[in-house]
Amino acid sequence: MLQSLIQNVLNALQWGSFYSLIALGYCLVYGVLMLINFAHGDIFMVGAYIAFFVCSFFLGKYGLIGGLPGWMVLALAVPLTMLLTAVVGVTLERVAYRPLRRKGVNRLYVVITALMCGLILENGNLALLGASRRSFPTLISTKVFHIGGVVVTNMKLTVIGVAILSFLLLQIVVNRTKIGMAMRAISYDRFAVPLMGIPVDTVIVFTFVLGSAFAGLAGLFFAMTYPVLDPYMGALIGWKAFIAAVVGGIGSIPGAFAGGFLLGFVEIMVVAFFPSTFRDLIAFTILLLILSIRPTGLFGVAQRTKI
Amino acid sequence: MKRSWLLALFLILGLAVPARATDTIKLGFNIPLTGDVPDLGESTKNAAEMLKKKINDAGGLKVGDKTYQLDFIYEDNESKAESALSTARKLITEDDVLAIVGPQSSKQAVPAGEASNDLKTPMMAPWSTNPNTTKDRPFVFRGCFMDTFQGPVAAKFATEELKAKKAAVLYDIASDYPKGLAEDFKAAFEKMHGPGSVVAFETFTTKDVDFSAQLTNIVKANPDVLFVPQYYNEVPLIVKQAKAMGFDKPLLGSDSWGSGDLMGLCGDDCKGYYFVTHYAAAGAKGKTKEFIDEYTKTYKKTPDDVAALTWDGTNLVLQAIQSMGKLSGDMAKDREALMKAMSGITQFHGITGDLSYPATGDHNPIKCAVVVKIDQAGKFGFFRSVCP
Repeated sequence: MLQSLIQNVLNALQWGSFYSLIALGYCLVYGVLMLINFAHGDIFMVGAYIAFFVCSFFLGKYGLIGGLPGWMVLALAVPLTMLLTAVVGVTLERVAYRPLRRKGVNRLYVVITALMCGLILENGNLALLGASRRSFPTLISTKVFHIGGVVVTNMKLTVIGVAILSFLLLQIVVNRTKIGMAMRAISYDRFAVPLMGIPVDTVIVFTFVLGSAFAGLAGLFFAMTYPVLDPYMGALIGWKAFIAAVVGGIGSIPGAFAGGFLLGFVEIMVVAFFPSTFRDLIAFTILLLILSIRPTGLFGVAQRTKI
Repeated sequence: MKRSWLLALFLILGLAVPARATDTIKLGFNIPLTGDVPDLGESTKNAAEMLKKKINDAGGLKVGDKTYQLDFIYEDNESKAESALSTARKLITEDDVLAIVGPQSSKQAVPAGEASNDLKTPMMAPWSTNPNTTKDRPFVFRGCFMDTFQGPVAAKFATEELKAKKAAVLYDIASDYPKGLAEDFKAAFEKMHGPGSVVAFETFTTKDVDFSAQLTNIVKANPDVLFVPQYYNEVPLIVKQAKAMGFDKPLLGSDSWGSGDLMGLCGDDCKGYYFVTHYAAAGAKGKTKEFIDEYTKTYKKTPDDVAALTWDGTNLVLQAIQSMGKLSGDMAKDREALMKAMSGITQFHGITGDLSYPATGDHNPIKCAVVVKIDQAGKFGFFRSVCP
């Protein structure tokens, strides 16, 4: 019994890591722009595909440098995937969100635009690459460790480690650096900040770079853990990560992190002890209860306007 | 002046279309070209195009003393149940097809069968194994064996060949096909080994990718075999995660494993496992080999069971059309006559084996199943034949 419990806690940590990584992106953009970037789940999907192409490019005898070992490909794939996914995120910002912001339209229109951008990414991928699924190449062969009846793999530990490191990194960037301070300042009062000589657009672009890069990172590790890619893979997990971010208190980085793990934990535990049909029912009932007790989420602070 | 020219042009076009339509036979294909299982749609289309080309190149299909060209209309049902329903209606009412082939998966074939039966149009579901597809629907025909047969075959194979005394099942509870199969397997296995011999009966929901909680329960129950009646896109994830959980017992699958790009997605992890299916490409002879060779030449890949069953199913419809003697041109009458002709087929020699329909009851054919083992080269090799 105890062994199953510990095993399921490990399972939940791995599954929650992905929610957390994606929720962090929602949270950053919302924190700065008060914009719910509904395309974020699909940026995650694009990240997984970018990771796929980057890894295929380096791996194998047809790769750029023949016979590169898997861990080295991974070491190259992490920065490249993050960079290329960030480019996609920033492109969306430049093409879709910034013109609307310049016109000063209601935030609702920007949110709807974000939804459409997500659909464009999904269907663009479908049109470009076809509906066939892609198999993500094995970079690092899975090693299984048995520790006192509990089974862990190197992959599981890596994923959990990556999520925790990403959280710490973002926490430092937002709270300890100058640009992080500028991000917080914009979130506090977007109209006063330019008067202080802070380049708002640069800071917003930086926010999108950060959010999308971590979506790309999540995409890479998600593809390594669940190596079947399809164009719709980001939709559902993106929605759920958004809910995780809301429950954690959207706009708060520790909140997004905790919310992701909470959702992962509830989902795995429900499946472990109930039929899987109850999973979303019970999971979202619990989340609803949390929200009705604390409408601003676990770590959130009350704000004047919300969408 | 200009307008009258246009008018004349339209009149000519208007006359030309029905004039041509009289010597073509239109069949509709209700298939998934996008969505969850696009590979099924592609296999169907490939097999159908090959058959159409073969018949049309030879002059057409001879019905009585008249020869007809074949016209196949492919409509995408997006791998969705509700789209399959609207696609069936569109093919029948707008495209005026004589009969429909497909959908392939039970998830789409069950609702589409209802529409076809209500609109009195013969429908051939070549690959759907769920009993509900043809249940009390005289206009719906099946081209393969049923879940109720596949479940006991898998249980029998697990007992006799794998010497299993305890079994576990992992299946998608939100999809008709795996759910029906899982329940039939459980019933058959418990009948042989007593109640409780299925030690874990775990479920997930469509689009899930993480099965760690279910697999934790399965590994704890320590079964001799794990039965996974899932599609080719889910099997690799289940297999890889089961191995990561330290599960080293054999996995047994259903015919849904054989379609699509299972080995491309699964790689080495699926080698050595078994599944129940309709036909095995490796080791084929005669007509089956001819089909495989031609398909491989045209499309540069080995035909899966969906392609083979579509070939058989479509051929069966065409054979029934020929046996009608002539087409009256009145769609309602022809569809009714075709339904009678199809149910009257007592012997059909297909590439997936001989097939016949029982004289009474639902249109479920009598056929044998094949158990395939995935060999070390990743080929689906014939392992054993299991007959009802």
